[in-house]
Amino acid sequence: MPLDSPAPIAPYPRHGSNSGQPLTRRDGELKVTGRATYAADNHPADLLYAVTAVSSIARGRVTALDVAAAKAHPGVVEVFTPANRPPLAHDPDVKLGMFGFRIEVLQDDGVRYVNQPIALVVAETLEAAVEGAALLNQQYEAQPARTGLDDGERYAPAAVGVGAPAHTAYGDLDAGFAAADQIVETDITTPAQFHNAMEPHSVVAQWDGDDHLTLDMGNQALVMSRDAYAVYFGIPAQNVLIRSPFLGGGFGSKAILNGPQILAILAARQLKRPVKLALSRAQMYGPVGHRGRTWQRLRLGLDGEGRITALHHQSTAATSSFEDFLEPAASASLHAYASPAILAETQGLRLDTGTPGPMRAPGEASGSAALEVAIDAAADACGMDPLEFRLLNYAETEPGTGRPYSSKALRECYSEGAKRFGWAGRPLQPRQMRDENGMLVGWGMGTALFPCPHFPAEARATLRADGTALVETAGVDMGQGAWTALAQIAAEALGLDPEQVEFRSGVSDLPDAGVAGGSGHTASAGLALHNAGEDAIARLAELAGADPASPLFGAGNIGVVARAGRLHRRDDEGRSESYADILARTGKSMVVGTGRMARDDAAAQAWAMYSNGAVFAEVKVDPDLGVVRVTRLVGAFAAGRIINPRLVRSQYYGGMIWGLSFALHEAAQTDRRTGRIMNADLSEYRVPVNADVPSVEAILVPEEDRYVNPLGIKGVGEIGVTGTVGAIANAVRHATGVRVSRFPIRIEDLL
Amino acid sequence: MSLSLRLDINGEPRIVEIDDPRITLLDLLRERLALTGAKKGCDRGQCGACTVLVDGRRINSCLTLAVSLDGAEITTIEGLAGDGGVGGERLHPVQAAFIRHDGFQCGFCTPGQIMSAVGLLAEGHAGADPERVRELMSGNLCRCGAYRGITEAVLDAIAAEAGAAREDAA
Repeated sequence: MPLDSPAPIAPYPRHGSNSGQPLTRRDGELKVTGRATYAADNHPADLLYAVTAVSSIARGRVTALDVAAAKAHPGVVEVFTPANRPPLAHDPDVKLGMFGFRIEVLQDDGVRYVNQPIALVVAETLEAAVEGAALLNQQYEAQPARTGLDDGERYAPAAVGVGAPAHTAYGDLDAGFAAADQIVETDITTPAQFHNAMEPHSVVAQWDGDDHLTLDMGNQALVMSRDAYAVYFGIPAQNVLIRSPFLGGGFGSKAILNGPQILAILAARQLKRPVKLALSRAQMYGPVGHRGRTWQRLRLGLDGEGRITALHHQSTAATSSFEDFLEPAASASLHAYASPAILAETQGLRLDTGTPGPMRAPGEASGSAALEVAIDAAADACGMDPLEFRLLNYAETEPGTGRPYSSKALRECYSEGAKRFGWAGRPLQPRQMRDENGMLVGWGMGTALFPCPHFPAEARATLRADGTALVETAGVDMGQGAWTALAQIAAEALGLDPEQVEFRSGVSDLPDAGVAGGSGHTASAGLALHNAGEDAIARLAELAGADPASPLFGAGNIGVVARAGRLHRRDDEGRSESYADILARTGKSMVVGTGRMARDDAAAQAWAMYSNGAVFAEVKVDPDLGVVRVTRLVGAFAAGRIINPRLVRSQYYGGMIWGLSFALHEAAQTDRRTGRIMNADLSEYRVPVNADVPSVEAILVPEEDRYVNPLGIKGVGEIGVTGTVGAIANAVRHATGVRVSRFPIRIEDLL
Repeated sequence: MSLSLRLDINGEPRIVEIDDPRITLLDLLRERLALTGAKKGCDRGQCGACTVLVDGRRINSCLTLAVSLDGAEITTIEGLAGDGGVGGERLHPVQAAFIRHDGFQCGFCTPGQIMSAVGLLAEGHAGADPERVRELMSGNLCRCGAYRGITEAVLDAIAAEAGAAREDAA
């Protein structure tokens, strides 16, 4: 521990048993009965339907639209084009804060990418709107599309991801390579991937007059988005209400404003009627973000014993012609393995595509995919077992900065995962194992890693006269289980059972819960809720302590424990009083507490904070056909305190299946002649189906973290993607002897 | 133009007037009959989120024109739970098993998954074989990756049904 580091946070006293319980989802019954309402399920009276017409070229301009034909179609009410698009209060070609990307909302006739909106058709029925859009018969003046390394424009970026440095160097790289006995080089390319949440981006927009807006939409960042919409429409933020009780998946694609939704809102304002817009699946391959392509090269210097002496990770990352979001892949090498010298650097590449954006484990997924393949190649070059190699190069402190880890149970993850998987006895050489059907069998592993960002968050907790509580924060449940886990945290702080806690969330007029992203929502919103609960209890204790008629009289704030709806004197637990009795006697109908997520900046700077894990994969490969099947996935993860193991396991499974998808399935295929995406659907853009996942296991490795935040919570939503991609690629190499250089791995790579 | 259809929806006989032959069963349910449980994930029969039962068979309602269904019996997720709808003990065994096994995350594909599982049970091809369950449930995509829980839930429901059948026989 560094001498000047802050004192450890005292372990959080556990009053109840709410946290750590594998409760089923509080919204489970709504979801299995079809009563959970997603954005497009809303149907206000007098509703109009909007459909965007989209470009089928990647660069150029629209020269003609047959608006008359579309308007002549029965049921079509209005067609919006650049000629009549109502004004916006914000220039869409100007960035609006860190997450406010430049977007396309019919500001001109230009086309910047395929599937860009070029008109909006509004009609009385969905069928008429779809037909109207088809009748526009758009004509273009097309320019050649820039689709790859050879025709895209390269540039030196100011930043990668959202504001992260594009160039980070630690130590003396040249000296590290000079000291190496051998240098191992690995090239990996990763494709454009699309989030493809099951729920297409949808909005139902309703205006009350010209300055009050209500939006039903799936949204991962309620208050931030509310503020951005207010700027676009020139109205006060408090006049915008976003309702997002359920999201049909987000994965990063529903945190950033997009053109089609803004157009639908504009149409509703202009036509003075509610408007519903839901993108078609194909239309999601353009204006709502994706994981950008990367071309990565790793160079590892290795000494005679297999220690890394230098690590150089270069990446070229694609973005659009008009906005910067570069997948921060190279950054993955800054945190994973010990090395005296590390250089991570990224070059930008402008292509005629929609702007990429954060997609589940942005940077970590693509970067760790390449890094874990490179590590496997290095172990190979040293003649070492991949696990032994990783343990030899284990980072005891954060590489580069030397900061201690707030906690790091990675060794335990390695050993528990390996044990469960049966890693011991794995033959070193490839092509050594076959199953009873003659399939080649391979085993591979990867290290999983994800940082612990926190976001500012606020919450309110109200203890009510009947002894129950209402807790409120504008949180987001996109499937991770926030409605359940956050309620558990709040219930524990309040000394109540979750059933006694009414949890209000998913609406933008509640206290800001920050972004559901970066695997930081449970920690951030949870901490705010915890503090709000403690504040409410403290206020209640104050009431009781000051009341001579209370058995708690004179106890003071410090002197009580909240448990099962009663305050107990800490020094004499037999003296207690129920919340309801305290409130009743003092004549109050409620007590309101507030809380914020406030991470101690000094602690955040002093400690390196990551969730850790190890993933082991078994693949079987048909030696004649090259077909790969992942027959087993075992992940062992340590992520601090686990609030709800049932939901956390599901997050790990989902992440690992995303890793499987990255390794073997997903890729948008661009037609180089036109820039069109040839597989913009859910059939040809492959994502795993049930039959692709025969066996997935997740081990929850215990870990106590006294520094990451007072609750000891790290993140679980994205880490599962990170180790899995490499583990599968390395298993394929072990089965076949082929070291892949691109994802997804294709049959033709193995023949 | 107006067409009159006789439909039995969730046990209730209805005469449904439609004014447009392009209307799919999915859009009829969602936009005109206020039955929004079935979801539109792709509108191309590729994701299964719109799965409902027509005359007991699971189908993609997005690929089915409403006008082709005169006289059909349609069961949607809203018609699965017993009378009174929400209430733990009245859930269909498949619905209860999905909750128990955490067979969903975001919940958007869930109505389709459950209707597909109910159809699968009726087909009786899967037995207690997890591999067959996975295969026969592969027309329903889940992007959250809840496949393990889905498979366990379906196997659980199959086992419960087999147990009930044995009890009946005894």
